[in-house]
Amino acid sequence: MDMKRDYYEDIQLFQSGVVLAWTVALLLVLFTIPLYTPNYYVYLLNIIMVHVILAVGLNILVGSTGQISLGHAGFFAIGAYGTVLLMTLLQIPFVFAILIAAFIAAFFGFILGLPALRLEGPYLAIVSMGFGLTIMHIIGGVDAFGGRMGIKAPPLDLGIKQLGISWILKTDFQKYYLILIMTIIMVVGARNILKTRVGRSFVAIKDSDIAAEVIGVNLTIYKTLAFAVSAFYAGIAGGLFGFVLGFFDPFTFNMILSIIFLVMVVVGGLGTILGGILGATLITYLQYDLLKNIAEIPYFGALMVAVSKQWFTMVGLENISSMAIGLIMIGIIIFEPLGMFGVWIRMKKYWMTWPF
Amino acid sequence: MDHFRVENLSISFGGLKAVNNISFGVEKNSIFSIIGPNGSGKTTIYNMISGIYKPDSGRILCDGEELVGLSPDRIARKGVARTFQNIELFSNATVMDNLLLGRHIHMKTGVFSGAFLWGRGSRAAREEIRNREIVEKIIDFLDLQSVRNNYVASLPYGKRKLVELGRALALEPKILLLDEPSAGMNTEEKEDLNIWIKDIQADYRVTILLIEHDMNMIMGISDRILAMNQGEKIIEGTAKEVQSHPEVIRAYLGEEHGC
Repeated sequence: MDMKRDYYEDIQLFQSGVVLAWTVALLLVLFTIPLYTPNYYVYLLNIIMVHVILAVGLNILVGSTGQISLGHAGFFAIGAYGTVLLMTLLQIPFVFAILIAAFIAAFFGFILGLPALRLEGPYLAIVSMGFGLTIMHIIGGVDAFGGRMGIKAPPLDLGIKQLGISWILKTDFQKYYLILIMTIIMVVGARNILKTRVGRSFVAIKDSDIAAEVIGVNLTIYKTLAFAVSAFYAGIAGGLFGFVLGFFDPFTFNMILSIIFLVMVVVGGLGTILGGILGATLITYLQYDLLKNIAEIPYFGALMVAVSKQWFTMVGLENISSMAIGLIMIGIIIFEPLGMFGVWIRMKKYWMTWPF
Repeated sequence: MDHFRVENLSISFGGLKAVNNISFGVEKNSIFSIIGPNGSGKTTIYNMISGIYKPDSGRILCDGEELVGLSPDRIARKGVARTFQNIELFSNATVMDNLLLGRHIHMKTGVFSGAFLWGRGSRAAREEIRNREIVEKIIDFLDLQSVRNNYVASLPYGKRKLVELGRALALEPKILLLDEPSAGMNTEEKEDLNIWIKDIQADYRVTILLIEHDMNMIMGISDRILAMNQGEKIIEGTAKEVQSHPEVIRAYLGEEHGC
């Protein structure tokens, strides 16, 4: 099984027939899910996939390059606002608007990457946090951007109005397929980046920046590039997110969101593509579904609400959600530093060596 | 004109003159060793050559090109590769990836061409395949096949030293700086290393600078030797000249006090 016949097999997408078969099966499931799930879950899946794009991008920065960012909600906002404003103010078709917005986000990523050349760890965390907050407040202060009242996304038209082609996606069901295809492209792209020269240079910077320099990796270029790539992913995710929500205001992109993004990456597994996907899926599901409906679980739900009202504030459920996510994060760091990816690896090993 | 020249190189840290007015020249495709007790400034010279430290004064010339003032990655592009005394590998990457990183300056794939690696005909894939072939030859040469896909963090010390040597070789350097390559190796491994260094000199047509404490190895392998003590040059010459120089003996064995 491990016999390799040529070097391409080291980098090809499907390392074996088994992987290919499972991938096809997974794709079949993904493409048919909306046919037999209620609309609310299709909406939830849309949000999950948007977060997957962002988490995979953030993981390139945090997991692979070893730089921290607490400002990714800022890039997410630039993507969302950029796409919508380019469409409404300049009449640019969606396909180009989201790309331009993502490149704008990437440019801001490059800017944020500059202080990262001198700063590390907690200092960089604070700078990036300041960046995220600044973006949020700038957007909130400009009336043309909708100010604090928020902004409404135009109809999601995949065609080009100027040429008379129009293909409007109205329902979550239709948007699901657009987002799914975007997610697949972005995830495969990230995997390919990490398998080739640029991704290797990112890992080199994380492990030993002195050795990276000495073999010819330019730190200035590659550190800022890691920020730009990561911000590009956040921009694409933001552009899609705007249309999933339909309406959003600056406080959608608050600092807590940046922290949640970081939690996704850590819980999923740092430095791996699968980690980003698993983390985003789990945390988004917890936040948007399980923990929102916790009060409806018999007995336990009522107990949690009572505890929360007694000891914390009136907005009980929000507290439970934050606490649960915090506990998961602590648990992962203590018991499974590789995150859910580590669990996956152990399951795979168990399966391959079964029954021994 | 020498292939590689260091002229009047000096650096001091605070009041300490770590390297003081050192000059030497190295001929193409020769082995040049630097010896001296601990703290005599050998590794500091390497750090100045590879651009990690900026010398206070002096020149470093490779084929007549000035290296002082260039950043480490630019110096790597001029064809200077090195290993480290305390091994600086990328421990979260496999041996293969470490060696491929050595190919960094010879590759071109960027973010976009890398992301669009669709199938074996794509530009990124063709470049990967070509460079993996070159790296495979180095893996063969250094006998690393058994650990090819292992993470560096899981390797024993001796193997890591070899991976680091391989990574420097993958750069196809004109000048290879080896910093105590035999440290931590047993006698057998040292003998292998001896042969490898000679092979590298012959097969890769590379000029080798060597810092080493193993005198048997140094004396047998070097074309010329520079002996240093406390940042100063004692003597530069052939093995015989250096061995018999009284200052060298004093630096290594200490002075005889009549008592």
